[in-house]
Formats: sequence, C-alpha cells, structure tokens
Amino acid sequence: MPGFDFSNYNRNAALHARGVPLPKATSTGTTIVGCIFDGGVGIAADTRATSGPIVADKNCEKLHYISPNIWCAGAGTAADTEFTTALISSQLELHSLSTGRKPRVVTCMTMLKQHLFRYQGHIGAYLVVAGVDPTGTHLFTVHAHGSTDKLPYVTMGSGSLAAMSVFESQWQPSLNRDQAVKLCADAIEAGIWNDLGSGSNVDVAIITADKTTLRRNYIKPNERTAKLRSYVFPKGTTAVLNEKIIPKGDLGKFISVEELTEEGGDKMEVDT
Amino acid sequence: MAAMFSQNPLMNGPNYSVNDAPRVNAPEGAREHRFDPYTDNGGSTLAIAGADFTIMAGDTRLTSGYSINSRHHPKLFKIGGTTADQKDATIVLSVVGFAADGEALKERLDAICKMYRYRHGKPMSVKACAQRLSTILYQKRFFPYYAYAILGGLDEEGKGAVYSYDPVGSYEREQCRAGGAAASLIMPFLDNQVNFKNQYIPNSGEGHALQERERRPLTRTEVETLVKDAFDGAVERHIEVGDGLQMMAITRHGIEEVFLPLKKD
Repeated sequence: MPGFDFSNYNRNAALHARGVPLPKATSTGTTIVGCIFDGGVGIAADTRATSGPIVADKNCEKLHYISPNIWCAGAGTAADTEFTTALISSQLELHSLSTGRKPRVVTCMTMLKQHLFRYQGHIGAYLVVAGVDPTGTHLFTVHAHGSTDKLPYVTMGSGSLAAMSVFESQWQPSLNRDQAVKLCADAIEAGIWNDLGSGSNVDVAIITADKTTLRRNYIKPNERTAKLRSYVFPKGTTAVLNEKIIPKGDLGKFISVEELTEEGGDKMEVDT
Repeated sequence: MAAMFSQNPLMNGPNYSVNDAPRVNAPEGAREHRFDPYTDNGGSTLAIAGADFTIMAGDTRLTSGYSINSRHHPKLFKIGGTTADQKDATIVLSVVGFAADGEALKERLDAICKMYRYRHGKPMSVKACAQRLSTILYQKRFFPYYAYAILGGLDEEGKGAVYSYDPVGSYEREQCRAGGAAASLIMPFLDNQVNFKNQYIPNSGEGHALQERERRPLTRTEVETLVKDAFDGAVERHIEVGDGLQMMAITRHGIEEVFLPLKKD
C-alpha cells in the first residue's frame, strides 16, 4: 500500500491527551534563495540543521536533485523536504519515460503543490524549485499548504527576510551568470550572519540549458577554530567494571558481517 | 479607518489584540487575561574559582527568537566600586536569562554594595554580598527576576569564590558553574576538566576499586584555556551563543577584563 501509515494515530492522540509531548523533528531553520539570470537559474542554501536551539548538523545538504535540469532547495522539516523531493523526482522520471519528453519545471511544481495541498500543511516542506526545460528557464516557490509563486528572485526559510534585503537592494533585471551566483551567495550569507536558524556554509547550484553545476560548500566562512589544547586521555582513564571479548572472527555468530570497501558521504570533523 | 472595527460579529467593536480576544465558549463576563513580561535573551555564562583567583566569562550576543539584537552586550558586571567606572571593584556579577531583569538586578546589588561601603567604610565581602543577593532574589519570589546569576570574587582568605543562583534565590558556593542557554553543554565538560569527574588512574585497581584521579588546583592560564575552549565548543552547537567572549579575572591586584572574538553565524 502506498502512502502514509496512520495505524499509530489513535495511540498517539491518547498519549498526547495525557501530556506526552510530540517528538521534535529536525528543522532546517534555513535560508534558501533562487535567482534567474540570462541563460539560466541559480539556487543557493546555507548548511545548518537545527533541533530547537541546538545545531543538529553543521554541514547538511539542502539542495535536492529532481531531474538533471531541475533542482530544489528545501526549508522546513528536514525529513519532509527530503522525502517530498525524492518522491516527486521519482514520479517525474517515470512521467518523462512514459511521455518520452524531458521533464518540465511547471510539471514538477504542479506535482509538488498538489501533493502538499492534499496534506493540508502537515507535510512541512517549503521549497524553491528551479530549472531549465524546453519551454525556458523557470523559478518557483512552493509553500507547505500548496500555494506557489513565480518570480525572478525568491527567498524562503527563517532567513528569508535577511536574504530578501540583499535581493531588494542589489537585484537588477539583467544579470550574467557570475553576477547571479554572487547575488545568491551574498543573500545566503546575509541569512548565515543575521538569522540564528541559518549558519555554516553556502551551497550553490547553477542550472543552464546544457548543464547543471552543483557547487557544494561554495563559500566556507565558518571554519571551526582549533582547540587550544589536547583533550586526549591516557589509556585506562575510563573505569571498566566488566569485560568480555568477542574475537572478530566469531562476530558472525551474533550478527551478519559485511566488509565495506569504500567510505561514502561526508566525513565528520573529529578531534585527533 | 475600517480596520479599527472588526468584521467579525463576535468582536463587534474595536479590534482586540490576539491575547485578550473574547472567547466564544467563555461564560458571561469572563475574559482571558494574559501578561507576558519576560523574554529569553539567550547567551551563556561561566565561572571557575582557582586557588587565588576567579575567572568569570560570558558571551556578548543578545537574542530574541531567531534574531540578534546586539553582538556586543556584556553579561558581566563589576559590583560595588566607589565610582561609576568601578575601577576599585572586587566582585563580579554575571547574569543570563532576561537581559532587562539582569540589568535591574545588577543595579540593585551595586547600589546596595555602595551603600554598605559608605556606611561601614570598607567594601562588602563576597560572602556577605552573596547572601544579600539571595535575599534580593527571594524578595521577588512571586514575580521573580528571570535571571540566572553567578557571583565571583575572592573570599576572606584570598581564595577564589564562585556563588551560583537560581532565579528565586537558592544559592551555593561552588568550584565552577556554567549558566544560561549552553549550560547543559558546558557543565559536563567542566565536571570532567575542573573536578576531574569520571577520570580514573590507569591500572590503579580492578572495577570499583579503581582510584579516582586526584583533584589539583588549576593555574590561571589552564583555566583561561578551558573557558575559551568551552565557549568555542558551545558556539559550534548552540545557535544563541556567539559573537564575542567577555572574560574577567579577579585577583588580589584587581579585576582584568578582556574581549575576544567568537564565531558570528
């Protein structure tokens, strides 16, 4: 069965009535922007993910792939932006396969708004949709309740006001690629410095008719400063109350073991 | 001025603010009242007592919600000097929570310390000041100062003294204390690095017989290093902490104050 599983609804409602709070979702209290230029469109995002006042991820990815020539920047509930873009990306690929045409940005935007409207805002995805298709260059915003806008420059998320201040003071009707990328990056930086929900680095994606360039960590203005001294403990500092050693060879008796060759994903910063 | 009068028949008349709009199901004549005089202005503070000094520190960011109101708003105040510039003060008060209440609390305590000095011809001891601060806080038991205070100075023997408070005046003398937004991030680090909690001497015994690492007084440079690293760590993981670090060292020679930069995102 496709769709969501509501089997825990009654149980959770009963728990909620007895004062058990809802679990807190990771929100990408974010700055995301988009800007059309002559010959394409650029989108950008910061890389901070928060859970209340705590930084959950210092370098998360908020630019999502939809199709080779359509990308999405997501704000709101992290899981919702992730899954909604993945779902629409999948449907759009099947659609393009069955029609034998390249996917269009309006199609993507319409599918997103219809999906989000069906869930009446409970899916907390706030998106900037951008892309180039056979009908031209397009830039949209889609709100969690299903409303959309089509504009030459857009901002969303908790840092949207800071970012929009940059667009409103520096945007012009004709921009070249480099000017647009600079404008987007500056708008994100305004969010990084002035909005507490945004921080860390700037990611940028530039989409033109012939190719898409993803510039992960385009600007890194917030590198971590080194600790002033080492906090390495001498071996044996931690108390061991009881120990049992299972040799690596016997591990297969307890769990299934698979050897991994290559490491995937970004490495986390760790003190050495 | 059509907006002055609501289109909603339930609110026929002048517009109400969101908080005191009459409720449909409320009994006749009943109205919900609300008064929200407090704001959480974020930020964090830290104090560590040494053998003959006390280090106090706090970040200088002032926030409300997701906004930064100021990047340079001090949380540390010298208390009880003879003049407005407090150059002969010997006690430092740090406050986090609601900035306006913190400021008001500082003014009250400072005035009291000054009066004490004029009446008795000597500065107030930290011990006496600490007790008085507790009294000030408890006097407002049912409309508290929403501030987490830490008082630092040198005791009668010249040893570093740190007193920490809750908003209604419960207090305790301690070796070290972190307060405010990132207190829960900094305090475990302090337990481990200042009081050597959860550290044992390697190979000193088996299981529960293992010997704890012995406590030793930290030097001033060691403490300053810990404070800077603690704040650098807190800035990384707490959105309300950042911009600048204000640090004061209280010694028998007086109070030294420094400002250091922190990350601004």
